[in-house]
Amino acid sequence: MTRPTTSTPPPAPPSRPRAGELPDRLQRLEDESIHIIREVRAQFSNPVMLYSIGKDSSVMLHLARKAFHPGPIPFPLLHIDTTWKFSEMIAFRDRMADEIGFELVVHTNPEGVAAQINPFDHSSQHYTDVMKTRALRQALDAGRYDAAFGGARRDEERSRAKERVFSFRDRLHRWDPRNQRPELWNHYNGRISAGESIRVFPLSNWTELDVWHYIEANGIEVVPLYFAAPRPVVERDGTLIMVDDDRFRFEAGERPEARSVRFRTLGCYPLTGAVESTAATVPEIVAEMAGATRSEREGRVIDHDQAGSMEEKKREGYF
Amino acid sequence: MAPAEAAGGGPGPRHDLLRLLTCGSVDDGKSTLIGRLLHDSDLLYDDHLAAVRKDSAVSGHAGGQVDLALLADGLKAEREQGITIDVAHLYFSTSRRSFIIADAPGHEQYTRNMATGASTADLAVILVDAAKGVTTQTRRHSAIVSLLGIKAVVMAINKMDLVGYAEDRFDAIAAEASGLAGALGLPAPVCIPMSALHGDCIVEQGASMGWYDGPCLMEHLEQVDVGRAAGPAGAPEHVDALRLPVQLVIRPDQSFRGYAGTVCSGMLRPGDDVRVEPSGLITTVERIVTFDGDLDEAGPGRAVTVTTADPIDIGRGDILCSPDRPPERAREFTATLVWMSESDLVLGRDYQLQQAGQRLRCRVTEPVRRLDVDTLTSAPAPAMRLNDIASVTLRTDAELMFDPYEQNRTCGSFILIDPSDNATVAAGMIKAATRAAHIVPSAGRVSPQTRAQLLGHRALTVWFTGLPGSGKSTLARAAEAELAAAGVFACVLDGDNLRFGLNADLGFAPEDRAENIRRAGEVAALLHRYGAVVLAAFISPYRQDRDRVRNLHPAGTFMEVFVDAPLDVCEARDPKGLYAKARAGTISDLTGVSAPYEAPAEAEMRVRTAETDVSEASAEIVAEVLRRVREPGGGTSGPH
Repeated sequence: MTRPTTSTPPPAPPSRPRAGELPDRLQRLEDESIHIIREVRAQFSNPVMLYSIGKDSSVMLHLARKAFHPGPIPFPLLHIDTTWKFSEMIAFRDRMADEIGFELVVHTNPEGVAAQINPFDHSSQHYTDVMKTRALRQALDAGRYDAAFGGARRDEERSRAKERVFSFRDRLHRWDPRNQRPELWNHYNGRISAGESIRVFPLSNWTELDVWHYIEANGIEVVPLYFAAPRPVVERDGTLIMVDDDRFRFEAGERPEARSVRFRTLGCYPLTGAVESTAATVPEIVAEMAGATRSEREGRVIDHDQAGSMEEKKREGYF
Repeated sequence: MAPAEAAGGGPGPRHDLLRLLTCGSVDDGKSTLIGRLLHDSDLLYDDHLAAVRKDSAVSGHAGGQVDLALLADGLKAEREQGITIDVAHLYFSTSRRSFIIADAPGHEQYTRNMATGASTADLAVILVDAAKGVTTQTRRHSAIVSLLGIKAVVMAINKMDLVGYAEDRFDAIAAEASGLAGALGLPAPVCIPMSALHGDCIVEQGASMGWYDGPCLMEHLEQVDVGRAAGPAGAPEHVDALRLPVQLVIRPDQSFRGYAGTVCSGMLRPGDDVRVEPSGLITTVERIVTFDGDLDEAGPGRAVTVTTADPIDIGRGDILCSPDRPPERAREFTATLVWMSESDLVLGRDYQLQQAGQRLRCRVTEPVRRLDVDTLTSAPAPAMRLNDIASVTLRTDAELMFDPYEQNRTCGSFILIDPSDNATVAAGMIKAATRAAHIVPSAGRVSPQTRAQLLGHRALTVWFTGLPGSGKSTLARAAEAELAAAGVFACVLDGDNLRFGLNADLGFAPEDRAENIRRAGEVAALLHRYGAVVLAAFISPYRQDRDRVRNLHPAGTFMEVFVDAPLDVCEARDPKGLYAKARAGTISDLTGVSAPYEAPAEAEMRVRTAETDVSEASAEIVAEVLRRVREPGGGTSGPH
């Protein structure tokens, strides 16, 4: 819900601030996130960080590097690969793992692959349940992780606004919004019994704009799909879908056309809408956002497929 | 806090952040107020507004109009029932500031949620219905805001449209609200008349209240200066004292050892002396390390990594602090608790107390004085229930390091966890230690490492526990002689010997036995601090008492030896004739006969003296002691 009163572009922040020179607001958010990440390392024996390759994950990864500097990140990063991510995302993921040197775990639901579950033949609910939610549960069980970081922010969606920073999950990874642990000051309760786990959201208090300002201030690299470029898209029910590979199923009369587009969030390419844009740099994106009238998740088909949609998915174990 | 940027710059990267709590209920129009703030500031995305429009048709409570309350009510159950059941966090920015709203429900049954929202807020907005004036609910909200230490308060006198926008009505309510704040020790609140429904004095003043010349709500929120010190302005010296609770040790390789944590108060600078609690050792800050380079200083809120000049042992739960102003340490203190669980407080039951890196076992003891938030009076109560607020005394099994809450929000607060289901059951704000409140232990510069170099070995406490006649003293004396021969500074603490002097005033009732062991444990810890290998021989029948002694020692420097012999063997030996006397009835409370013995479940060593002779058992113990005090790394590892 961050829309400014004016559409005047803000002054560009310094490209790389000196140590300790982040603006007050970003510094406060960074400090809080680092505190949370360290607390997880201290309280749990086997944490993992969900890595979705998006801008929020990129910020979370950067914060994890800061939290344990000069040491390495003391836990693996886990990517749930639905096999339908943008190809640029996968290339970016592998390059980051290589350059930064973190341990990367990739999991795909083998049952979903065997059943050829895909976003064209199956409803978005079923596809998401099999390839994301169930795949995530499989990976968390297999790794016996007792804590899992996610990059979700409370400003994204109404039910997320009520989620804790340390969010308890039972043995079946279920979230019970009516029975959450109260969370006071910065005393996070990470006590669990065997088989239970905690989802941790270090970016809870960040907004989309904060994320972009932070990316700019720290020179964090993100997937190029966030920046506008001519890309082949088809328009479907008012949503621009990119034709990312030859598995795309065209409907009658559809033909890809090159338009200057970018993405505000990144997911599975057949389910992620692009926005028409010419913003090719972070300051241009920030300036464009200042005039935005739609929230970033509007392009996510899966958020809107049923009433109370995200809350239902979260109860089942979705991030 | 940095001054807000000039208007017209857009939501720039450099403007600051204000965290506020909104207190009120649906009846006060609170969700409407928040919706109005976002709507009138033009801060709503079209798709979010469209979702609200859709929901308004289904479950709106605004009579067909767009129900702005639905913006804040994120959970389905809330939208359906038209109530707010949990804390929601909402985010928005204007050209001057970014805001995080913790939107807490107002009804009595949600006191816990309000306390939760208040714990991280810089400012509170308390809604008052102009038609009703100051109500018991206003009193409750103000009391919780005061209790949680929020010092900037806005009284939003809402629904002015229902009283004809009358100035005298506003003046009367504002006077009463200010009086209430004063009575609770809150600074004078800023009172603003408004109508959230019609938008008066939220963002724009509007035409209805020409008599009001103060700021609109948004204008005030954009401009108000809330200090961000650890405690309230004007609080005594501790506010500036350094407090850096260590979260974890960062040690990627042998060349680097840093202590990571968030500064909760005071200022940290390289070259400064700092005191490490609870060891009391003093060292010097070498570097403040961050990913973006070393810092010249770090103040409250900064998450940093510190290296020190001396290689002393620091770990999670330790606090780096100002040398002359350490936190208080106590095992018994008074606090205000907010009970947050459906299960009532059980006096005398074990709970886990958590504050920063400290986790201790604790019990709540009488008296419990429950606060009636409606009348602001307190009265004795048998227990605490969900949403109760009460003043209690807590007793921990080891010393807690703390500051009073009014001086330090982080180091003065804690949560209680129910160990049976790990639920967070209460939030606590510490008032004071019940005794020895103002004792500041002196600190030295001689580290355990230096003492270990002098003596040629590290310190260790070996705690022999077992039935009377099991052979504790015999083994301790044999080991003492062998260790002395090996050049180790070893000394025996014996139960009977201590009862001649230090413990001459104690009998054998359970509480006397507990005190006997407490004193013996303190003496052992004292000798341990000066480098000795202490061989302590005590029946010490209660597990809890032995664990308490263990907790007085740094991890890995306490070794429990279970001297295990069957009762009939001990009784046959009966070196002091105790069993004979007990059987004859001339003494009561003999452990094993007429008083219980709780055998250790996880002792570091177990010696079966019925099957092993003294020299063999003693040699085994001595070998383990030497491994622990002389071999590299032997002091920190070991079977525990």
